[in-house]
Amino acid sequence: MSTNTATSSRAAGHARLLSDLVAGRLPDARGRFGPFGGCYVPETLMPAVHRLTEGVYRLLPDEAFQQRLNEELQDWVGRPTSLTRAAGLSARWGAEVWLKREDLTHTGAHKINNAIGQGLLARSIGAERIVAETGAGQHGVAAAAACARLGLPCVVYMGEVDVERQAPNVDRMHRLGATVVPVTSGDRTLRSAVNEAIRDWVTDPVGTHYLLGSAVGPHPYPYLVRELQSVIGREAKAQLTARAGMPDAVFACVGGGSNAIGLFHEFIGDEDVALVGVEAGGRGGALGENSATLSGGRPGVLHGAHSMLLYDDDGQIQETHSVSAGLDYPGVGPEHSLLQMIGRVDYVTASDEEALDAVAECCAAEGILPALESAHAIAGARRWAAENPGARILIGLSGRGDKDMPILRRFPVTSTGVEETAHAAS
Amino acid sequence: MPPHEVIERALEAADGPALIAFLTAGYPAADSFLDVLSQVEDAADAVEIGVPFTDPMADGVTIQRSSHAAIENGVSLRWILDRLAGRSTAPGSPPLLLMSYLNPLLTFGYDRLAARAREAGVSGFIVPDLPLEESAPFRACLEPEGLALVQLVTPATSAERLTELCGQSQGFVYAVTRTGITGGEVDLPTELTAYLRTVAEKSHVPVCAGFGVRSREQVQRIARHADGVVVGSALVEVLERGDSPGEFLTGLRP
Repeated sequence: MSTNTATSSRAAGHARLLSDLVAGRLPDARGRFGPFGGCYVPETLMPAVHRLTEGVYRLLPDEAFQQRLNEELQDWVGRPTSLTRAAGLSARWGAEVWLKREDLTHTGAHKINNAIGQGLLARSIGAERIVAETGAGQHGVAAAAACARLGLPCVVYMGEVDVERQAPNVDRMHRLGATVVPVTSGDRTLRSAVNEAIRDWVTDPVGTHYLLGSAVGPHPYPYLVRELQSVIGREAKAQLTARAGMPDAVFACVGGGSNAIGLFHEFIGDEDVALVGVEAGGRGGALGENSATLSGGRPGVLHGAHSMLLYDDDGQIQETHSVSAGLDYPGVGPEHSLLQMIGRVDYVTASDEEALDAVAECCAAEGILPALESAHAIAGARRWAAENPGARILIGLSGRGDKDMPILRRFPVTSTGVEETAHAAS
Repeated sequence: MPPHEVIERALEAADGPALIAFLTAGYPAADSFLDVLSQVEDAADAVEIGVPFTDPMADGVTIQRSSHAAIENGVSLRWILDRLAGRSTAPGSPPLLLMSYLNPLLTFGYDRLAARAREAGVSGFIVPDLPLEESAPFRACLEPEGLALVQLVTPATSAERLTELCGQSQGFVYAVTRTGITGGEVDLPTELTAYLRTVAEKSHVPVCAGFGVRSREQVQRIARHADGVVVGSALVEVLERGDSPGEFLTGLRP
C-alpha cells in the first residue's frame, strides 16, 4: 500500500517535471533540471559564470542576436541540413529510415551550431579570447573555424591520446589559426582536456570565454548548448512531417549529449514518439571498458554539474573507453539525467563492434561515411527496427567519418563487412 | 568549543601571522603520511589535508601530480579518516581541515561524514568546487558537529558577494590573492593591500591569504594586511624533493 503511494507520488513528480520541461521552465533559476544540473565551480569563476548567465538570458531571446545567428547558420554553416530518406537501410531493416544530416554542415558535425552561436555570444559579452576542449577534434575544429570567422584568438585543449587518434583534425585546427595544446595530465582524453580548459579559464575569467562543446558543465552551459543545438530537431521535425509524418522513434548518440538534446528537444512533448539515446558500450559492461554513463553510472559532481557519472566507491572518476573519441567521457549532460529519471528517453548502448559494423553498413547502403559517434545511433536504431517492423525511424547523423580514417584503417574492409586485423590492433 | 571555533582561536593565537600548511595526504608515500603530518603540525598553526581527486580542476600541475600519485598510492577519503582516527594527538596540536573536491565527499555519504570527520580530529572543510549557492546540503551535514566550511573570496568577488561569503565563512576566510589555479610563481598584486583590508573589514573570522605563497618576503608583506597565509604548492614541492617540511615552514615565518 505505502509502496503504491510512493510509486504514484513519484510518477506524479515525474509527470510534473516533464510538463515543466515541455513548457520551457527547466532549467530553473538555479540552473536545475529537477535534481540535476546546478553550478559547481570554484569561486574564482563565479563572476565569469554570472556574466555569461546574464548574457545568455539577455541575448538568446534578442531578435537582433537571433537574426545574426541565423545569417551565420544559413550563409556559413550551411543550414538547413538535408533530411535524407535512407532507402538502402530501410530495405535492409524493413523500416522507414530517415537521416538528419549534420555531417553536411560546414566542418562536418553538429558542433558548429554551438561554436558559432557561442562565438557570437562571447564577442557580445566582451570576451577577447576563446578556450575550448575537444575529444574527437570536431568541436575543436568548429571552435577554431568560428573564431577565425569572428576574429577571436582560440586555444584548444586536446588530450594527448586524442591528438594521436584524431590527427587530421589537429592539422585542421592549426590551419584555421587555433593553438592546439596537447594535455598530458590525467587520462589524456576529453575529460582531461575539459580540466585543462577550465584551468585556463580560471586564470583569466574576464577576458576569456570558455566555449564548452557539449551540453555538460555548470549552468548556463547545458541550457545554452541545448538552445543552440535544438535547431537540429526543429528542422528535422518540420522536414519529416512535411514529407512523411511524425517518426515512431528518434535515435541519437550520447557522449556529453549535445547532438542528442538538440535532436530530442523538439520531440520531448510528443509522447507518442520514442526517444532513444545510444551510449558507447565500448568493449563491455565492466567499469572502465565503456563510456555508458547513463546505463552504468550514478549521480555525482564533475566539471560543474550534478549529473550521472562514472566513478568508483571512493568518488574517483573512472577511466572510460570507446572506439569513438567523441563519446569517451565519464559524464553526461544534466538534462539527459533528468530525461532518464522521468523515463522520457531510453538510454541504451552500442558496442565498439556494433558501431564499426554500422559504419560499414551506412557506407554500403547509403554512400555515407558516418562518424564513429553517429554510428552508435545507427547501431541502436538497427536493433530497435528488428523489434518494430515497418516503423518510421529518425536518426541523428551527427557528423561525418572522415576524421576517423586513422582508426578505421585498423579495420580493413572485407567482403562480409569489416574485420579487425589481429596484428594492427596489437 | 565547536571545532570551527577551535580553528578561529588557533589562528588568532598564532605568534605573528598564522601559517596554514597544505599537504596532499599520502604523498609522496602513503606510509609516511602520519610522519609528514606530524612534522607539518609542529611548524604550522593549522593544517589542510588534501583529499586526492582524479580531476582537480582548480589546481595547478604540482597538486595535480601529487593528487594522482596519492590515488596510485591507495589514498582515499576513507583511508585518510581511518589513519587520522587511529593516531593519538597531543593536546593543543593545530586544527586539521580537509580540502576535498565534492565528489569524494558525496560518495562517502553526507549522513556519516561529519561524525566520522570529527572522530578523526578534523575541524573543518574546504571544498573548491562547492560555491556558496550549492552548499546548503553540505553545511546542513556539518552543522550538528560544529565543523567549519571555509569560504573562498577572490579579488574579482563583488562587494555584495564578499559580504555574503565573509558572513557565511567559518574557521577562516580564504582570501585568494590572485586569479588562477593553485601554484605558480606570481608577485603579489599591488591592489592586494586594499583588497585584503576590505575582506578583513567584512570578516568576523581570521582572514588568511593564499595562492602562490612561497617566500618569507611574501609572508611578511601579506602579514601586514591579513591574519595568516596558506602555503600549498610550495610545500608539496618540498615534500616532492624529500626536503624537511618543518624547516621550510619555519623559514617562512618573519
